[in-house]
Amino acid sequence: MHAKKMQQRKQKNHLFKNLSFFMTLITITVLFLLLYDVFKDGIGWLNWNFLTSYPSRFPEQAGIKSALVGSLWMISLTMPIAIPIGVMTAIYLEEYSPENRLTTFIRVNIANLAGVPSIVFGILGLTIFVRTLGLGRSVLAGSLTMALLILPIIIVASQEAIRSVPNSLRDASYALGATRWQTIRYTVLPASLPSILTGIILATSRAIGETAPLIMIGALTYIAFLPSGPLDSFTVLPIQIFNWTSRPNADFHGLAAAGIIVLLAVLLFLNTTAILLRNKYQRRLND
Amino acid sequence: MLRKINDNKERLIHIGLFLIAMISVLTTAGIIYTLISESIPFFQNVSLKEFLTGTRWAPLFQPQSFGVLPLLNGTFLVAGIAALIAIPLGLGSAIYLSEYAPEKVRKTIKPILEILAGIPTIVYGYFALSFITPIIKFLFPQANIFNALSAGIVVGIMIIPMVSSLSEDAMLAVPQSLREGAYALGATKFEVAIKVVVPAAFSGITSAFILGISRAIGETMIVTIAAGATPKMTLNPLDSIQTMTAYIVQVSLGDTPHGSIEHQTVYAVGLTLFVITLLMNILAQIISRRFREVYGNAR
Repeated sequence: MHAKKMQQRKQKNHLFKNLSFFMTLITITVLFLLLYDVFKDGIGWLNWNFLTSYPSRFPEQAGIKSALVGSLWMISLTMPIAIPIGVMTAIYLEEYSPENRLTTFIRVNIANLAGVPSIVFGILGLTIFVRTLGLGRSVLAGSLTMALLILPIIIVASQEAIRSVPNSLRDASYALGATRWQTIRYTVLPASLPSILTGIILATSRAIGETAPLIMIGALTYIAFLPSGPLDSFTVLPIQIFNWTSRPNADFHGLAAAGIIVLLAVLLFLNTTAILLRNKYQRRLND
Repeated sequence: MLRKINDNKERLIHIGLFLIAMISVLTTAGIIYTLISESIPFFQNVSLKEFLTGTRWAPLFQPQSFGVLPLLNGTFLVAGIAALIAIPLGLGSAIYLSEYAPEKVRKTIKPILEILAGIPTIVYGYFALSFITPIIKFLFPQANIFNALSAGIVVGIMIIPMVSSLSEDAMLAVPQSLREGAYALGATKFEVAIKVVVPAAFSGITSAFILGISRAIGETMIVTIAAGATPKMTLNPLDSIQTMTAYIVQVSLGDTPHGSIEHQTVYAVGLTLFVITLLMNILAQIISRRFREVYGNAR
């Protein structure tokens, strides 16, 4: 009787183990289905011409040159804005802020900001940067919007990095007579730099892949020239992909898939760098 | 002398860093100010009652109508389908990773989930339209090309990594001693997972679900591409619908003049979206904070 019940319980356990493994497997399978779907549709359209041509009404002649250059413009304006603000906010919160209500408010605010839908940042960018500040539908307006969007990611990653620096390092620095800022500048920041960099890279890939806020601020879907300054109009890779996806013609879907392959390749490169950086850093801490 | 210079410098740095930290607060203030100030002219033309209880949304056609319920209907239909996909799969994989998986398997699966989390939503949108929709059309020939089901399934897939990793964090935070206590009483792994770990991590898991659904509500590109542009009161997942986010994109892609009531709808709908997601995020924070407190007492 007891033995039978025990066996039942063991069977249940076995069944559940397989079920939860199966659920994990489904998730992983979906990733591979997605990659298969994109490669099957897009690989035939991927060639040198695709990378170096402007978009066109004729699928055979269309390419992502303006979108690639636009994404590059957007990122190279976004990151110099977002990185210093994000890292310095983290330094303030971890090293300077007194434990009071205002600090708690800033912390809660950042957590909530991270959960605001990206399209709402687009509405903010459209109203403040495009209209009120009169920047128009420019790369700069897009970059400022994107910088605010990825700010919480950089802040949180930098906070965690700074928090993981052992206090003994800070104490040693103070013991040598260093001021608070000198301790941060010469001890805390160098020690936390690899983790901060990892966060920055992840934030960069988020910015490269975002579509909705840039549609809001009016990044154009058809652009057959390259921006020559921060106030020029522009398009980015995800918007070009969106444009091709929303056309009924199957050839354009092929172009969209080819664009996705390029986008994923860029992101894979960035994320691999981030993971390698993280592993190297972890190993060094463990030594 | 040097000490005094340093003191002044330190004070300046402190103030400077504080001002920079306020930029994030300013961003939130900017969002709230923008949404409210631009919604005021809208609500001078359309009563709050008509907006919140009207069942027809047609600002871009004559006769105009401004009931937001069809957009809410579409949004929650998609989010509901997404939850049906993401909650079991996310929780199942979290239990597997935290309770069953050998370290080696865990180290392989975690990065794969991270990759899934890093895929841009535009790519998921393409996947919905080019892969999931044809399957749905094959199974249910009466389905519209643009339908809530396809978008909902893919939004669900998109939030699995988030639900899974947040739930797993909550379960990993359950003290090992609780597990060992149950094992000592002769419990199997299944019993430990379901009767000890999941209940102990319950608030953390609940907050993961809420954050996941909030993310699904705010998702834009997948629903814009795959769910359609027909605001409708329906619970049929095979219907073409429109979500709040997809409506905002539709207006911004068109050429409605700035200052017109059509354009003001963007802010009214944006405000609605912002309030809903904000409330859900705050709720999730409250629930997970309570969880941490319970733990503090238990130790």
